[in-house]
Amino acid sequence: MSSEQSGTLKADAAPAARRPSELDAPMPTKRMLVNLGPSHPAMHGTTRAVVELDGEMLASCKLDIGFLHRGFEKSCENVTWTQCFPYTDRLNYVSSMMNNVGFALAVEKLCKLEVPERAQYLRVITSEIHRICDHLTMVGALGMELGAMTAFLYAIEARDLLWDRITELCGARVTSNYARIGGVSRDLPDGWVEKTVQTLDRAVALRDEIDGLLTRNRIFMDRTRNVAPVSRQDAIELGYTGPCLRASGEPYDVRKAAPYLVYDRLDFDIPVGSNGDNFDRYLIRIEEMKQSDKIVRQCFAQLAPGEIVVTDFRYTLPPKPLVYGTIEGVMAHFKLIMEGVQVPAGEAYSCTEAANGELGFYLVSDGSGRPYKLGLRAPVWPMLASLPWMLRGALLADLVPTFDSINMIGGEVEQ
Amino acid sequence: MAKDVIDALLARFPRIVTDAYQGPGGDDVVFVRKDQIVEVCRFLKDDPRMGFNMAPYITAVDYLGQEPRFEVVYNLYATALNHRVRLRVKVPEEDAVLASVTGLWRGADWFERYCYDMYGLRFTGHPDLRRLFMYDEFVGHPLRKDYPLRGRQPLIPEREMPEAFRGPGPAGRD
Amino acid sequence: MASELDSLPVIATRKDEAVGALQQMVSKGLGWARKYSLFQYPFVTACCAMEYMTVGASRYDLDRFGAALPRFSPRQADLLMVTGTVNIRQAPILRRVWESIAEPKWVVAFGVCASTGGFYDNYATLQGIDRVIPVDVYIPGCPPRPEQVLDGIILLQAKIQGQHHRLIERTALPIAGREPYER
Repeated sequence: MSSEQSGTLKADAAPAARRPSELDAPMPTKRMLVNLGPSHPAMHGTTRAVVELDGEMLASCKLDIGFLHRGFEKSCENVTWTQCFPYTDRLNYVSSMMNNVGFALAVEKLCKLEVPERAQYLRVITSEIHRICDHLTMVGALGMELGAMTAFLYAIEARDLLWDRITELCGARVTSNYARIGGVSRDLPDGWVEKTVQTLDRAVALRDEIDGLLTRNRIFMDRTRNVAPVSRQDAIELGYTGPCLRASGEPYDVRKAAPYLVYDRLDFDIPVGSNGDNFDRYLIRIEEMKQSDKIVRQCFAQLAPGEIVVTDFRYTLPPKPLVYGTIEGVMAHFKLIMEGVQVPAGEAYSCTEAANGELGFYLVSDGSGRPYKLGLRAPVWPMLASLPWMLRGALLADLVPTFDSINMIGGEVEQ
Repeated sequence: MAKDVIDALLARFPRIVTDAYQGPGGDDVVFVRKDQIVEVCRFLKDDPRMGFNMAPYITAVDYLGQEPRFEVVYNLYATALNHRVRLRVKVPEEDAVLASVTGLWRGADWFERYCYDMYGLRFTGHPDLRRLFMYDEFVGHPLRKDYPLRGRQPLIPEREMPEAFRGPGPAGRD
Repeated sequence: MASELDSLPVIATRKDEAVGALQQMVSKGLGWARKYSLFQYPFVTACCAMEYMTVGASRYDLDRFGAALPRFSPRQADLLMVTGTVNIRQAPILRRVWESIAEPKWVVAFGVCASTGGFYDNYATLQGIDRVIPVDVYIPGCPPRPEQVLDGIILLQAKIQGQHHRLIERTALPIAGREPYER
């Protein structure tokens, strides 16, 4: 609460004769400071917003982050390159696979490694499945913020179904730890492709249900349209990427602008919005889920048997018969485990299209087994930074849905 | 494509932009002198042949033991022309002050605050240079190489616990 | 000087015995009531929130254990679920939330970060919330599977049933701001 409240009474005590009638009397309001968070259940993650309220309008908003800062970069600088993968899982924990793939691609850029084709397809398949999971979470949570609990339950159900398939692949539900330097950690289990196609069909049905519940819903549209609009020029200047930038009309997608893995062989579209408001950001997500679904099915059709990791034992662990049977295998295994992958000295910036935008890793290697510097460019970082600007003149009730529409994930923004 | 950018930069700022090279994967990198960074950035943003209208990532690196010690890295992207360039700016420890580029790209705001919080680099002309992740009571800058990995600075008293043995840290870093 | 009374067992009067039995019945009844109506305050910070959402949603359905309804004010809750990493900046807030919860209260450390700090052994992270508040049940896992969470809730229910409950608590309540372990 503001400390200036003592002044309220004096302003109110104007002589009654000056006013034509009691009914027309203006209601004197003072601005009120409200502290939302950091442990506010409606705030995503643990962000603190100090908002100044003029009635129900936001007069100003100030963000304070860092309540989930857990030293990602410093931790990674002290472990080997391979040991960084579990840390990258926990950046964007809704779509951990994309962080794995982004980091693996960055290290491979430094090592100048070419990944086998099957591994590239597996990376794309798992990334796109996780993109669907991420968008489902965002859409479900946005519905929940606006009172549509049903959509949330459907979204979680669809996400759980997809996570079951991910579990069969890598053993973990949320934190996948699947990609490796030079490939992926294990091949598909038997019958996984057919099962995943069935799961995708069910997820599509649930997604269409959510789509039907929300997209033409009067309440939902009224609450999201023309809320926090961002123009194309502003979005570029503020450094937006991903669905938020595309909702403003700029068709920038790393998958098309600088194709990595096998995205140049796949046929998919980049949905683009026009208004850049919350409703467009929601629609982009719904449309991207359809595109991701299409990509996964195409990958299944093109997937051919083959190697899943490079056979260069400077980067990947040799197979166990070699380790137990030959001295070279033992040596390679020992050196990889004890010293880590020896990444050549140099620096590189690699970016991939994660669920919320451009996920960049700026790596500096001094030629040893550990990263010298691992800089993370979190996709939501610029969006969150500009949230006070986005919310100028908005209602207090729109703060939380806008928070959701940029899909702020504490793990990656606050590292 | 991006070769033109490097050529134009070298021609326009002969003694300020130096040591252009191609990094792994064909990234174009140049070194820029610290005092002219805003001029170089303004040229890159405003010149229609450059068109770098987005600054997706700005970060800093601490090369402890080298002279100059710090480095600020600007990753720039042009949406219309679809090319990238990376500017590396060496910053000495005794004069760790740069001009801010928030006037050119508003998105640079929190990246510069990050550099201030984690490395202690100051940016003149930044609208709101505060710590980003750490709290105000925190002393030091955690991502500097001479800051210990486990240098915790608790805000409230914590219960004493026997320290579990977790193995030695890497030599010289912990 | 030791008298022979010291070595004799203390003989309870009939009144004491009767009150004790009644108190036990009351305690059992209160424990039964309390263990099936856990109102939780989700102190949700990080990755474990994803599993927390799943546990609350329809497939795993925490409601079957009477613990599904989150209260978004600590004053209405009696179970503090610390879900995710708590860093040093967050620790005073966690402590304050814990102090705001009325007695009786229980704390669940959800996930390995809340329990021990996990693999974030660095300058920013609190090495387990038990350094600032007492914890009743630790649920390991990074993040724990939903089944593990349900198991943790069942463990907590068994613990609550076994605790001693009174209708009127006559012991001194802890004072806010004091060391939580010295009550």
